[in-house]
Amino acid sequence: MNLLDGLWGILDLLLVAVLLLLAMAAVLSSDRRRSMMLFIVFGLVLALVWARLHAPDIALAEAAIGAGLGGALLMATLRRDTHQQTDQFPQHPVVLWGAGVLVMVLGTMIAWGLFSVLPTVEQTWRKGAAVDAQLAFSGVSHPVTAVLLNFRAWDTLLELAVLLAAILGIRALGYVRSAYVTEVAFSQLAVWLVPLLILMAGYVLWAGAHSPGGAFQAGALLAGAGILLRLAGYSHAGLPTTRWLVRLGLVVGTGVFLLVGLGLLGWGQGFLHYPVAYAKWWILLIEMLATVSIGMTLTLAFMGGIPQKEAA
Amino acid sequence: MIFDALSVLLLLLGLFFFVSGLLGLWRFPDTFARLHALTKADNLGLGLVMTGLLFQVPDVLWAIKFVLVWLLALVASAVNAHLIAVFLHRQQEGHDESA
Repeated sequence: MNLLDGLWGILDLLLVAVLLLLAMAAVLSSDRRRSMMLFIVFGLVLALVWARLHAPDIALAEAAIGAGLGGALLMATLRRDTHQQTDQFPQHPVVLWGAGVLVMVLGTMIAWGLFSVLPTVEQTWRKGAAVDAQLAFSGVSHPVTAVLLNFRAWDTLLELAVLLAAILGIRALGYVRSAYVTEVAFSQLAVWLVPLLILMAGYVLWAGAHSPGGAFQAGALLAGAGILLRLAGYSHAGLPTTRWLVRLGLVVGTGVFLLVGLGLLGWGQGFLHYPVAYAKWWILLIEMLATVSIGMTLTLAFMGGIPQKEAA
Repeated sequence: MIFDALSVLLLLLGLFFFVSGLLGLWRFPDTFARLHALTKADNLGLGLVMTGLLFQVPDVLWAIKFVLVWLLALVASAVNAHLIAVFLHRQQEGHDESA
């Protein structure tokens, strides 16, 4: 038993060391392509670290959004980049060193701040017991989902709002370029994978009520389907071609979340305080619509603007 | 007990093939050779690892999920390798035309 613990310990140390090395290599590499590849690998190793910390939800989200979608977005950006040379830093060395020192000072201050509050956090940071005690009243049986959609629904609502703001900014960039020209093998794979991804998104969304999963992971899977379609040569990536439908899809997650919150407030329940009997259904409704919005937002973010067909 | 022993044996075998694939990735001269080494060795390694894990499943449903994941990984890796190879092939042909 002790030997096994020791082995796990060694593995954890290795993981942390690899993570740090990858992060440094990704930042310090002068070649953008290499940086991007390293960033994707970094995301995957980070997902492993989360898994080792027994946080499968965050591991899923990291693998799907951090490594997968983040990587796809970076690749799309690189492809648009017309001048492919490596970055030459035009700044004066004094400016560079000044910025470096400033970042170090800031980092030290944040670390010091964290360490100074740690003793006070000791008594309160393990909320697990409190969550478990209240779980029966949340409408779901998975503590993470209960926290995200019920006890701390505020945070999730604001996360959705951030995504909405981001996509509005991206759409302000103008129209999307023409679609990719692709290989037969890839279009065939897309034909097989897209329905499977939609099915998986539905499963992950439903599973969120009792095990790891939920709207963000499911939305990331839908976005994966959209990106696949786009890469396989479908110019509108499977999104609706009518403008108002796209807009509705982008807004519906944040909008309905907000409306439900306000409605409950008007009903005398308090903002996003679901009545226990219906909590499950409210959460399911919000998560479903949030999944649609997240999937659409991330797909459009990958395309980087307003699709031509929608503009017509 | 016998299942555990089989699992360990198959996992170690699978690891051996993964390491071989890595060696190929490091040591082979051109990208096509590297791709070849990587896809061949890794797919066999993955198959062995998956078979090793199949001896540990609690029920049939788990086994089916494992096999599905395995098939997906096989298809994805094959298509990936193909795409990289085609891209490279085109690039080299393009260079030949311009030369």
